[in-house]
Amino acid sequence: MDKIIRINMNDLSTSTETVPAAWAGLGGRGLTSTIVAAEVPPTCHALGPNNKLVFAPGLLTGTPAANSGRLSAGAKSPLTGTIKESNAGGTAAQMLARLDIKALIIEGIPKEDKWYSLHVSMEGVAIREETELVGKWNFAVIEAIEARLGKKTGILTIGPAGEMKMTAANISVKDPDSKIRSHGRGGLGAVMGSKKIKFISIDDQGAPKVPIADPEKFKTAARVFAKALMDHPVSGEGLPTYGTNVLVNILNEAGGLPTRNFTVGNFDGADKISGETMHDTIVARGGKPKHGCHAGCIIQCSQVYHDQQGKYVTSGFEYETIWGLGADCCIDNLDDIARADNLMDDIGIDSIETAVMFGVAMEAGILPWGDSKEMLRILTEEIGRGTPLGRILGGGAGSVGKTYGVTRVPVVKNQGIPAYDPRSVKGIGITYATSTMGADHTAGYTIATNILNVGGYVDPLKKDGQVELSRNLQIATAAVDSTGMCIFIAFPALDIPECLPALIDMINARFGINLTGDDVTNLGKHILKVEHQFNIEAGFSNIHDRLPEFFATETVAPHNAIWDFSAAEIDEFWNF
Amino acid sequence: MNITVKLFATFRNGRFKVARQEHPQGTSCRTIMLGLGLSEDEIGVVLVNGRHVPLDQVLHDGDTLALFPLVGGG
Repeated sequence: MDKIIRINMNDLSTSTETVPAAWAGLGGRGLTSTIVAAEVPPTCHALGPNNKLVFAPGLLTGTPAANSGRLSAGAKSPLTGTIKESNAGGTAAQMLARLDIKALIIEGIPKEDKWYSLHVSMEGVAIREETELVGKWNFAVIEAIEARLGKKTGILTIGPAGEMKMTAANISVKDPDSKIRSHGRGGLGAVMGSKKIKFISIDDQGAPKVPIADPEKFKTAARVFAKALMDHPVSGEGLPTYGTNVLVNILNEAGGLPTRNFTVGNFDGADKISGETMHDTIVARGGKPKHGCHAGCIIQCSQVYHDQQGKYVTSGFEYETIWGLGADCCIDNLDDIARADNLMDDIGIDSIETAVMFGVAMEAGILPWGDSKEMLRILTEEIGRGTPLGRILGGGAGSVGKTYGVTRVPVVKNQGIPAYDPRSVKGIGITYATSTMGADHTAGYTIATNILNVGGYVDPLKKDGQVELSRNLQIATAAVDSTGMCIFIAFPALDIPECLPALIDMINARFGINLTGDDVTNLGKHILKVEHQFNIEAGFSNIHDRLPEFFATETVAPHNAIWDFSAAEIDEFWNF
Repeated sequence: MNITVKLFATFRNGRFKVARQEHPQGTSCRTIMLGLGLSEDEIGVVLVNGRHVPLDQVLHDGDTLALFPLVGGG
């Protein structure tokens, strides 16, 4: 039977509960946001005892459904002050699902100034004092836990950034190769640090298979779903070959690649950091162009990147990281960007927030434009060691902008704006402005329809249709984020008619229920409204659904585009 | 007229990254695409001077044409 496990760090106790009926149909983001909204006082301090950190696998996680192994983490965000859900691959989600754990809810803060670990197994959750790994960086933590508990152990860990409660700190998740995927956005690593939990280890030995109510129906739907993923050119060919970094060239050509802290829309060095160049470099050096973040991923958008000597540098090397440290910081050295990517995993800090932060830090004069060596030094010696400067930088783009008096600070609700200029790709600007998460491209990925001709086409340079596009995608994304599915299933789902019904059929077959397409849409709407209400009660209003002023006062080349939505036009978003 | 043609992702295989080509007045994106041995169902995105255009768009001297298969990420 599915269960909820509560871990009370106030008195170091745990308890197991049956799943309340109201939560039975929820998973992933739908469940973390529902729990946070129900149990966390919206005005609480995100790093105080009243915040809760919730982990939940998706509705389909642990089943043989392709690409269903994502884990959602939720809490009130110390970076944005809003509700937060951040999902990641890795091995933990499927292990928790096999252990019948619908959610882990971590509450309170320990009385004593000690660090702890949680060990999750068939026996429940054990809270143990931890001394050896305190202060250790993430790769060392993973190595030590594997030596202590076995190679198959699932791991969620925080690095020094999380221990120091930096608001850009992430939660790192061990992937199938003992490398790292991340609950990246919103500073959830700081929440875990505030609860003095250095790591969570998971042992699923003896756990049964995830039960499926109608195995035949499931198998049929799973086959249709997997075929749709393989048949679509984006999920079946583009992503496995070039990774997400294929986007550098197309955003650069379309004039939407934010460069030099969002002052222009093209980067001279784009070719050197592009997905095409990265693919050729990986192949030439004996790395892996294809790689999955979890067992059962058939898209394989990740990769393993080697240096000139053929030695491992990083994996899961994403477009947003490469864009941010590359174009936005004017760095065209892909090897150094790869080293920084690995360092950010090791320190446990969000690679999007940190990349946007470096663009602002360069504008502030903390380091020169394009100086990748100084960037690597700052990551290691300032942020990693928690010097006063490192803590300012580890607070993200808004933190460094405020400290240094920079006015061009690309954040919404204090979260860094990623990889797509909202002046020249206007739909994504609506998503940045209105997302319940702060600036988050994945919340309603209009790039698909604005730039990539997936799910139709809406002209990125015009205002027409953008609010509706963003709304529809945000609703659909909230639902998909509840299934445990990778968001890249949206590409085939937008274009191949059989894809979404097959996904719904799998959910129905898993639980023996009869959801319709409308039910799924209503679930997405419901989740957004629950999150929005939390934010309102936390003190946010429509006034916070705005982009920074400079987007409306500075045009961006090459199209001389400007952010020209009125307040009333943006506020239309919430009319559903 | 002089057209800069840029190819991306798999379109580069056995072709080129960027080329300056001479074409007669009135040439469309489609004509250039067909000349490269590409078919319409392989095409994801067509940009002329950084703007999305239909394949039948007629080009002008000095234009940059960028052709992409369907790609995505995020």
